[in-house]
Amino acid sequence: MSNAWLILGASSSMARAFTRLAAQNGAHVLLAGRDAADLALLAQDAKLRGAASAAALPFDTRKPDGFAALIAQLLALDATPNIAIFAGSMLDQAKLEAAPDGLAGMITDNLAGPAQLLLLAMPEMIARPGGVIIGVSSVSGDRGRASNYGYGAGKAGFTAFLSGLRARLSRSKVHVMTVKPGFVDTAMTWGLPGLFLVASPDAAAKRIWHAAKRRRNVIYVPGFWWIIMTIISCVPEFIFKKMKF
Amino acid sequence: MLFKDANLAGWGRVLQSPARIARPERRAVLEALMKETPAPALGAARSYGDAALNADGIVIDMTRLDRILDFNAESGRVTAEAGVRLGDLLRLFGPQGWMPAAMPGTAHVTLGGAIANDVHGKNHHAHGSFGQHVESISLLGADGQLREASEIENPALFKATIGGLGQTGVIVSAELRLIRCVGGRVELRKQRLPDLDAFFEAFDDSKAEFSVGWIDATARGTALGRGVMEEGHLVSGGFAPTRNARTVPFNMPGLTLSRPVVKLFNAYYFRRASANGRTRTRPLQEMFFPLDSLAQWNRLYGKRGFHQFQCVLPSSICEVVLPRILEEIANSGLASPLSVLKKLGPGRAGLMSFPMAGMTLAADFRAKAKALPLLNKLNRMVAEAGGRVYLAKDSTLDAGLLRAMYPEIDKFRAALAEMDPERRFETDLARRLNLRGAPV
Repeated sequence: MSNAWLILGASSSMARAFTRLAAQNGAHVLLAGRDAADLALLAQDAKLRGAASAAALPFDTRKPDGFAALIAQLLALDATPNIAIFAGSMLDQAKLEAAPDGLAGMITDNLAGPAQLLLLAMPEMIARPGGVIIGVSSVSGDRGRASNYGYGAGKAGFTAFLSGLRARLSRSKVHVMTVKPGFVDTAMTWGLPGLFLVASPDAAAKRIWHAAKRRRNVIYVPGFWWIIMTIISCVPEFIFKKMKF
Repeated sequence: MLFKDANLAGWGRVLQSPARIARPERRAVLEALMKETPAPALGAARSYGDAALNADGIVIDMTRLDRILDFNAESGRVTAEAGVRLGDLLRLFGPQGWMPAAMPGTAHVTLGGAIANDVHGKNHHAHGSFGQHVESISLLGADGQLREASEIENPALFKATIGGLGQTGVIVSAELRLIRCVGGRVELRKQRLPDLDAFFEAFDDSKAEFSVGWIDATARGTALGRGVMEEGHLVSGGFAPTRNARTVPFNMPGLTLSRPVVKLFNAYYFRRASANGRTRTRPLQEMFFPLDSLAQWNRLYGKRGFHQFQCVLPSSICEVVLPRILEEIANSGLASPLSVLKKLGPGRAGLMSFPMAGMTLAADFRAKAKALPLLNKLNRMVAEAGGRVYLAKDSTLDAGLLRAMYPEIDKFRAALAEMDPERRFETDLARRLNLRGAPV
């Protein structure tokens, strides 16, 4: 049976590259996000690159009323349902400290919204087994750092949620994969100082695609971030708290 | 963040300048940007000089707006955003029997860049320039408005935009007429030729759809202009997947392309080709995109970079002037292994397009003090002969020679004065060559 992918946050460059891979493999793609005009162009692009079908759908992490309709659209396709969540947002930590009221929205974008949608989709995914759920979290969720702990808090929550969901679905033939990107060359990181070893969205998407095929549980993108994050996680707290990065 | 402050460099890296670079990933971001601060577009940054640089100004990187919007498999019409790479168009539509009509030496160039420089390929004599196969262009102007331009709608804007080096605005998308592509393989014939006269003869006799000559620019005397003629025509067969090319990992030291090394390499490359001609069937990409077999090859020239000189000389006079130009290059001892000769047809589509019926020669020179007087001399010789220097490659031309080479420049300037009176799209190249004329 063919595959259908519901791709949330489909305008992001990593999601785009992922969509193209799904299209090349002849999958149905449902592109969900806020910029309807842009998503329509992406849907057109996906069709011309080989997608069995492509549609643009409205999705806003902060408007959970729309979630059920998205899932219904995914199930309406005669194909194994799969979900990939690229949605998320990042507020600069300094801005957040100046205006703390931005935190709730960011947590919704990175955790509450996507998690609620996945909970809603779970029974349907169990009823139509064989699919994959990909959640894009972040290395920032592995440990709260002074420069980015507001963002990291939401992503840490999402990582924990995905881990739990993976366990919950382990006997249901629905696989859950957590993706932790390091630095990927996207609009989110464009112009940020201090980036190193930045991966292209195409390379990141390829890694995600192949890892999902092999049913990996947790992957870092690029892979070497596993080493970096292991070291960071091992730093004792009394030293870590003095670090500024 | 919207902007990234960085040093921009052309592919030759000899010209560089700091800029604030925006890289919109959605149309809405681009449109907002163009309403606030209209600025010149940047494609793959594969032009060699300063065509895409804007010192201390804003540059809009278009590479993330690269979607294919429409394709008709019957007519071969494709509409795509400016950031799409020509190599991607070939990869996607080649297996369906269609390909871009003109393909430059690298697959990385963007659709927008190909239009803005009215690029040509190894089939220029048969199919003309890239711009001749553009049906229509969607362009964001200095007023932030989106306009359609074609032969029928806004024809003046259309002719000023093709080959117009981005001076009319930001190309958002374009509709192309693709040409038939019979298969993914090419029957490639390579033959060693002893001198320049043999090349002239070979190009005149050639019936191949694709042809190009590699020249040993270090050979002098009776061997002047010796090289290897490549002729190809497409044949049926599967498309080879694009392989990851080897990369030059860092800036090579100056010795890499020093005179003895180049001489040795050229002699080897020359002798490797058969004297009587040998035909092999190769993947199409190998003929189209020879430059892509070594990624970041511009690092071979060291951190100071290189100049590329490409000229075209009218057919009436090229047999007289080309040997003199080649002699200057060979005698200088500054040439690199990459020197290319090709016969061009008359096809061109814009006011500032490069091609003309005649012969074109391209050669690289490592950036050093001795190269500048040579390049100045070559530029003058080209102007006197009624030829042109390719602005997409240029880094040394004198502004005074521009009019002799591009006689339609007044029309171009008039069009720009109307469309971009505040010179929002002026680039380093436009300033260096006084492309816009004196301020009114």
